Amino acid sequence: MSVRVYVPRDTTALSLGADTIASRLEREATARGQPITLVRNGSRGLSWLEPLVEVDTPIGRFAYGPVAPGDVTALLDSGLLEGSVSHPLAQGPTEEIDYLARQQRLTFARIGITDPLSIEDYRAHNGFCGLEAALQREPQDIVEEVKASGLRGRGGAAFPTGIKWQTVLDTPADQKYIVCNADEGDSGTFADRLVMECDPYMLIEGMAIAGLAVGATQGYIYLRSEYPLAKEILDEAIRRAEQAGYLGDDLRDSGRAFHLEVRLGAGAYICGEETSLLESLEGKRGLVRFKPPLPAIEGLFGRPTVVNNVLSLAAVPFILAEGAEAYASHGMGRSRGTLALQLAGNVRRGGLVELAFGTTLRTLMEAFGGGTASGRTLRAVQVGGPLCAYLPESQWDMPLDYETFAEVGAGVGHGGVVMFDDSVDMAEQARFSMEFCKVESCGKCTPCRIGSTRGVEVIDRIRANDNREANLALLSDLCETMVDGSLCAMGGMTPFPVQSALKHFSEDFQRTANGDRS
Amino acid sequence: MNHSQEWAPQAIQAEVDALKHKPGALLPILHALQDRIGFIPEAAVPIIADALHQTRAEVHGVISFYHHFRTTPPGRHVVQICRAEACQSVGARQLEAHAKARLGVDYHQTTADREITLEAVYCLGNCACGPSIRVDDSVRGRVTPEAFDELIDELQTRPLEVMG
Ligand SMILES: Cc1cc2nc3c(=O)[nH]c(=O)nc-3n(C[C@H](O)[C@H](O)[C@H](O)COP(=O)(O)O)c2cc1C
Ligand code: SF4
Ligand code: FES
Repeated sequence: MSVRVYVPRDTTALSLGADTIASRLEREATARGQPITLVRNGSRGLSWLEPLVEVDTPIGRFAYGPVAPGDVTALLDSGLLEGSVSHPLAQGPTEEIDYLARQQRLTFARIGITDPLSIEDYRAHNGFCGLEAALQREPQDIVEEVKASGLRGRGGAAFPTGIKWQTVLDTPADQKYIVCNADEGDSGTFADRLVMECDPYMLIEGMAIAGLAVGATQGYIYLRSEYPLAKEILDEAIRRAEQAGYLGDDLRDSGRAFHLEVRLGAGAYICGEETSLLESLEGKRGLVRFKPPLPAIEGLFGRPTVVNNVLSLAAVPFILAEGAEAYASHGMGRSRGTLALQLAGNVRRGGLVELAFGTTLRTLMEAFGGGTASGRTLRAVQVGGPLCAYLPESQWDMPLDYETFAEVGAGVGHGGVVMFDDSVDMAEQARFSMEFCKVESCGKCTPCRIGSTRGVEVIDRIRANDNREANLALLSDLCETMVDGSLCAMGGMTPFPVQSALKHFSEDFQRTANGDRS
Repeated sequence: MNHSQEWAPQAIQAEVDALKHKPGALLPILHALQDRIGFIPEAAVPIIADALHQTRAEVHGVISFYHHFRTTPPGRHVVQICRAEACQSVGARQLEAHAKARLGVDYHQTTADREITLEAVYCLGNCACGPSIRVDDSVRGRVTPEAFDELIDELQTRPLEVMG
């Protein structure tokens, strides 16, 4: 029997040569008279070890990484096919890799283990148990289970998912919709992508359960156009799920329907904001809507609509299969369950770290991340995406929990953790925040549209030491105007990273752009 | 990317007709056209407007709102450089400056030989392995200036599809 060898096919593994590695392994193993069975699995989320090649052995899977195409011959010579650990890239049994073993993987329990498109694999690893359970229950019952889990939206605003579903369930309509927000625009985040590329049936299952819960028969996944591979995988997964009766007019002979379609965004960060997203899905410019009405009452095409992030929906199958308590027993305070953290930027061991709420940033960045990739001193970390604050070392010991972070004006957001070493120029980062807002503003309100343009100019003057003190005062005023006067969080939160840079890294605003202090 | 730069109104009409019955059909139509032609030709606008019972101004408004849609033909390859924070922290700004100098173009421009169009992008979801770039539909990670030069050399000498 030929040995099974796994080479991941997610974007990160591919970006580092996984396809070449896969074909070389197959060719060279065959040439050695030891043909392999190649499986293109998802990623384990250990980005720093990608491409992470795994080999089946009688005592479990053994890992090798990060493998470059040029390592293939030496790895085979060293006995990779027997699970030998003599090569420097050998990591031993995959499940025992500390980075993975120390995680609490509820949502990401399957990623990297299975072939993302295999329904058999998915079923063999508890897949569709949540949907089967939901099909036996009344809508209100499903909503109660989600409420009891304490699940809060993972897209940024942390609104309780069960309460949102209740509103949609309670609003009578001829048609309701489930919309999955897969716009994942925040720098430093890739957990949504991992779900879609590595475990797409979990998202499909979560959406179908949401449909059963609120009485929606149509779902859309609004996917950013920057993720072409996720599109390809989702489209194929939907096709296969339809064939297997997990989507379509008659879910598992229950007589209940749920249809699903992927729609592509078109490179607009603001379309991650839920009302802008709905406009975009309707075929319009992504201008933010006034609220109320809430999307849960008047959403897509004016109908009651659940808009949830990928990770919120992906958490639902576990909750239905294992029960609300199994989820809620993790976490702290009002932050229940696990948080998918994404270690990114200047980090030695970047990747996905799923942990119960309550860990500290320091644990995450040091014990998991291993410090900076450059080896220099870690100086600043931006948690929660481009609209959230930069945190200095004095704030690295707070527990990661929505309320604790909110108290200090920080955010958990979608769980992105972007690390910067001491070569960072925080005035340049502040400038970028304003520039990003200028590029991505939907243009509906003045404080955001004009304020961000002014913000870039004012920071340029500060960095050029042109009337510095007066311009620093102007920048503070401008930030306040944007916070107070913007319609949505794009303009309303862009000042947060700027203000945090001014507050915690003020020395960077006292030198000129080329680095000289003046 | 293998775009046919030749398009006929009938071909556009066929793409539009195939999708116009979808709810919120405009973005799917624009994507289909750009995937096929490489950009949204001006001649498509009245065809789309007619099919969706919208004004031309409305269709124009949507095309110009989204960064992804282009109204002029791109080069043979589109190279996008990630400008977002996680990539900045590992040298994206230097890579960006290098790329512009190497190609002799700024963002939204195409090299004189029409091989490469350079674009900015804000995150490719590859943030633990930056700096990241996207070449047509494939993402590359940990792109140093040297790796960028090698890639450009390869793009300019042979099609990406056969690359290892
Ligand atoms: C500028 C802006 C961008 C956003 N981008 C995203 C995004 O990419 N993905 C996402 O799920 N939510 C995003 N949100 C939050 C959504 O508006 C919304 O709160 C979320 O989709 C609700 O789903 P959840 O309750 O499951 O989190 C964004 C919000 C703003 C203001
Ligand atoms: S704050 Fe900016 S993005 Fe939000 S509605 Fe106003 S202009 Fe649009
Ligand atoms: S910030 Fe560059 S890939 Fe995410």
